[in-house]
Amino acid sequence: MTLLKSFENLDYSEALESSKEAYDWLELNDRRFGQLINGKFISSKNSNLIASLNPSNGELLANIEIASSEQLDLAVEAARKAQPSWELLGGHGRAKILYALARLLQKHSRLISVLETLDNGKPIRESRDIDIPLAIRHFYHHAGWAQLQDKQFSSYQSIGVVAQIVPWNFPLLMLSWKIAPALAMGNTIVFKAAEQTPITAMFFAHLCEQAGIPPGVVNMINGDGNIGAELAAHKGVDKVAFTGSTAVGQSIRKSTAGQGKKLTLELGGKSAFIVFEDADLDAAVEGLVDSIWFNQGEVCCAGSRLLVQTEVAEDLHLRIKERIKQLRLGSPLDKSIDLGSLVSKTQFNRVSEMVKDGLKHGGEIYQACDIESEGNLYPPTLITNIDSSHPLAQEEIFGPVLVSMTFRTQSEAVELANNSRYGLAASIWSENINRTMDVAPKIKAGVVWINCHNQFDASCGFGGVKESGFGREGGKEGLYEYLKPNGLKPSKKTAAALITENPKNDVIDRTLKFYIGGKQVRPDGGHSIATFNADGSHAAFVGAGNRKDIRNAVSAASKAATWSSQSGHGRAQIIYFLAENLSVRESEWIQRLVTLCGVTNKQAKAEFDESISRLFSYAAWADKYDGAVHSAPYRGITMALPEPIGILAQIAPEELPLLTSISLIAPAIAMGNRVILVPSERFASIALELVQTIETSDVPAGVINIVSGNKRELAEQIVGHAEVDGTWCWADKETIASIESISAIDLKRLWVHEDNDRDWLNPEQGESLEFLRNATEVKNIWTPYGD
Amino acid sequence: MKINKNITKTQVPQEDNKVISYPNLADLESLNENSSVIRNPGTDFKLDKISNIVINKSAVERRCSNYGTRRSIKKDKQAAWLLKAITLMDLTTLSGDDTDARVRRLCSKAKQPISNKLEKILGVESLNLSVAAVCVYHDMLTSAKKALNHSEVNLAAVSTGFPAGLSPLPLRLQEIEYSVDSGANEIDIVISRRHVLEGNWEELYKEVKMFREKCGGAHMKTILATGELGNLSNIAKASQVCMMAGADFIKTSTGKEPTNATLPVSLVMVRMIRNFYNETGIRIGFKAAGGISDTKTALLYMTMIQEELGRRWLEPDLFRFGASSLLGDIERQLDHFSSGYYSASYRHPLA
Repeated sequence: MTLLKSFENLDYSEALESSKEAYDWLELNDRRFGQLINGKFISSKNSNLIASLNPSNGELLANIEIASSEQLDLAVEAARKAQPSWELLGGHGRAKILYALARLLQKHSRLISVLETLDNGKPIRESRDIDIPLAIRHFYHHAGWAQLQDKQFSSYQSIGVVAQIVPWNFPLLMLSWKIAPALAMGNTIVFKAAEQTPITAMFFAHLCEQAGIPPGVVNMINGDGNIGAELAAHKGVDKVAFTGSTAVGQSIRKSTAGQGKKLTLELGGKSAFIVFEDADLDAAVEGLVDSIWFNQGEVCCAGSRLLVQTEVAEDLHLRIKERIKQLRLGSPLDKSIDLGSLVSKTQFNRVSEMVKDGLKHGGEIYQACDIESEGNLYPPTLITNIDSSHPLAQEEIFGPVLVSMTFRTQSEAVELANNSRYGLAASIWSENINRTMDVAPKIKAGVVWINCHNQFDASCGFGGVKESGFGREGGKEGLYEYLKPNGLKPSKKTAAALITENPKNDVIDRTLKFYIGGKQVRPDGGHSIATFNADGSHAAFVGAGNRKDIRNAVSAASKAATWSSQSGHGRAQIIYFLAENLSVRESEWIQRLVTLCGVTNKQAKAEFDESISRLFSYAAWADKYDGAVHSAPYRGITMALPEPIGILAQIAPEELPLLTSISLIAPAIAMGNRVILVPSERFASIALELVQTIETSDVPAGVINIVSGNKRELAEQIVGHAEVDGTWCWADKETIASIESISAIDLKRLWVHEDNDRDWLNPEQGESLEFLRNATEVKNIWTPYGD
Repeated sequence: MKINKNITKTQVPQEDNKVISYPNLADLESLNENSSVIRNPGTDFKLDKISNIVINKSAVERRCSNYGTRRSIKKDKQAAWLLKAITLMDLTTLSGDDTDARVRRLCSKAKQPISNKLEKILGVESLNLSVAAVCVYHDMLTSAKKALNHSEVNLAAVSTGFPAGLSPLPLRLQEIEYSVDSGANEIDIVISRRHVLEGNWEELYKEVKMFREKCGGAHMKTILATGELGNLSNIAKASQVCMMAGADFIKTSTGKEPTNATLPVSLVMVRMIRNFYNETGIRIGFKAAGGISDTKTALLYMTMIQEELGRRWLEPDLFRFGASSLLGDIERQLDHFSSGYYSASYRHPLA
């Protein structure tokens, strides 16, 4: 009879993946997990516990011990001790171990998939076909990078001990994104999984020893956000890599301010899904299934903002509504479902509340079935006609909720897409290559998918701009996050010139104004600062800049946006011209450096020559710092484009004022940035004297702006200005700590150094590729093709 | 927790008085769920319905790659789906060496696709299983008609200069007439691929419309020969033109092209059928032909139809497999389902 009934209904099987092995493994571990420290599993009876629950039925999977501060110290200490020999093991040695890890994960892939689904609530199809295979691929790929490290990154070294903290949405995949590159590049690790989903990380912990990872190289601690915060701020850690919410990212930025740590933050997003009238609409609908109805929408790069061109909006909405009727919601272990459980009751309630509020505020809401709070099952949802100011349209929902808005023209689409605090990802749907290639670079995001969404691969960089964080994971670009340049050594300090007031009034008064928007302008506050020659005599007055001067400089830089789209060749011409015009003033400059800085003629000549050479170097690079085409396993190309940061502020070091000013400005403008330079305090006049050369070299107005004054004050103003996209800073410890803390406001990308950190005269240190990398942001553009 | 279902319910949120609204098509669909198919009267030729069509191949392939991984059809469900597959089959022989005896054997298999014994074990005697149609060349119609002998099985003839479609137009038209006169109630015509490749959409429209007129009461399946149309956009456009011209079915292949039915090609055609239905309310059938020889592939196709067009389309009046060896594999799978052991092909009567 059932056969006859099925013959009528043609329904699907409820095909539950077997979970026996997974439960056996949990039982084997007494359903309790402690910490992995120095190669040993540490459990203490008195620990506070967190229950790791199965979100689809509330069952207790295991109790997780919260690490104590002492255990955290031990973990960091173990990582520190293990680091030198792990680095010394060499690329090949580490490659073998990463390869072993990949193989081990592969051997247990089904068990791991089931554990992931039990713990997170995601459909077994996704953990089986997407999460775990991508994680395995990440280890294979990075085993390769370890092998190639010695040759490919010979001028870099490991950073040391890294703290890594991951969220609950892709537990093992995020673990692999963190651990594989860090290990490959010779770092040791203290890792913390999300408290909601620590199980697969604990499984991984058990594989470490089998793979031959030496004790202390990978340490894993458990706990909630408090222990995460403690780990990030721990003094023994050289770098923090965090994936999670923007709010937590901001607090990590603050708590690590002034600690000299390198930071990678992968934060939230509200990514645009842009559908043009000439798109394959059915393709776009399936793209949405891959995008916002993937992993229940609990994806940082989910295309949660649908922007659709007016003429096809109605059609597309209709297709979406039809499509979501076919999506199946149910037990995560069932192989016939599309959406499983939201990760927790908290998350479920949050999504429900946000949508309810949207209803109250006039949004039209389409859902294809009941909300099943029992299993945290939230139905796929489409929201139209919601005010663009409503949180549903602005905030990350992290649920299967799509918010749709329309646009009229391509430029409006770009404007709407960029109208967000976030800048993680976007997808563009159009069959017109001119359009897609035109729009992709205009989207402020780290990843752009063309006619697809949520495609990932170990070979391609992933990461955001703006408040979606900074740094890249995956691809060659991701490896630099776990490397630092080899031995920067400061030059021998030249004796600081004595400043005593000794006015000599036999010259015409010289007052150097700011340079803003191609004009010399007086300070807004009307204050000037006297600068002195090496012998203590009065040299010139320079302006004392304030908040408004910075504001004016930013607005001038903002207007010079065409510089960023200018060709590399065009920019090179101007930088060569700067060099040419500077070189004709050689004797004047040598005299100036001698008088002002108290250096010898020979020293001044060396600085001047190196400055000209540096301009030539960056003029040369302007049209040669190429991107890459990554080989991801699909029919298509992924282009990694280095794009200018945008408006880049530069707080210059105190030493070698001519050379350092040029060493900062040249790479920045060569890559298409517009700069605001805050020169050395002591030698502000040097940078300002450059203005005459800049003015005669066809540099467009607003591309180079110079504001002098108190470095710390100006740096703080700059970093607090949201329109400034990035800041390089050479300053004292206190200034650095202060701006790092302020930068949490908009998670501005910073490149900071203490004064006197390198020998600027040595091109190895003063003009490395590091400068170009920090003047650019890599955007990965995925373009599948085929006809 | 057992909330494993297709989403169909409507809902009024309790705390708010606004009704969450649903697509109108859902209501339309449920109303028409069991209705019989209105025959496609065709529409006027509208160029704008063709010129705007764009198909993204990578996206189509991505979708096709997960029908099998998103849906599971196992055990008794699989047996039920396979029994259904039998009823959706055009059992086909299209060889130069077809003979009277060969066609008789095919027809007897068509009437009794699985053995009485197996039917009894499965408890499905009441279904009176037979395949949907027998599909042959014109010259075999007489033998086939005789062999089918008033059974439920339809009789289909390939026509219009099958497979290349390059014989003189009057002959092609006449061929339809001949076949209808000889008792074929389904005519599988081939389109002129050159009209597609040269972009002569209106020519194609006129040609298919003429074929349709000649078919009269016989149902017309238009074979696009997708393997020869160049790309997916052309396939979509040709599908649209044929539906405008009055096709009852659109069909992938003759079985003679270098590439026959594939899932991506089928998805493109099926989506055109869906669009046509949404615009006109007329249901067009789909026939996948060539290369579907095992149960796994057959189930993928059926899943695709279920997901893209819905349950109503998985009936012989709207979906067909053109196949010759598929039936054998289904029989063996059903045998396995009933006994727990795999059978051998020689244990089942040849088609």
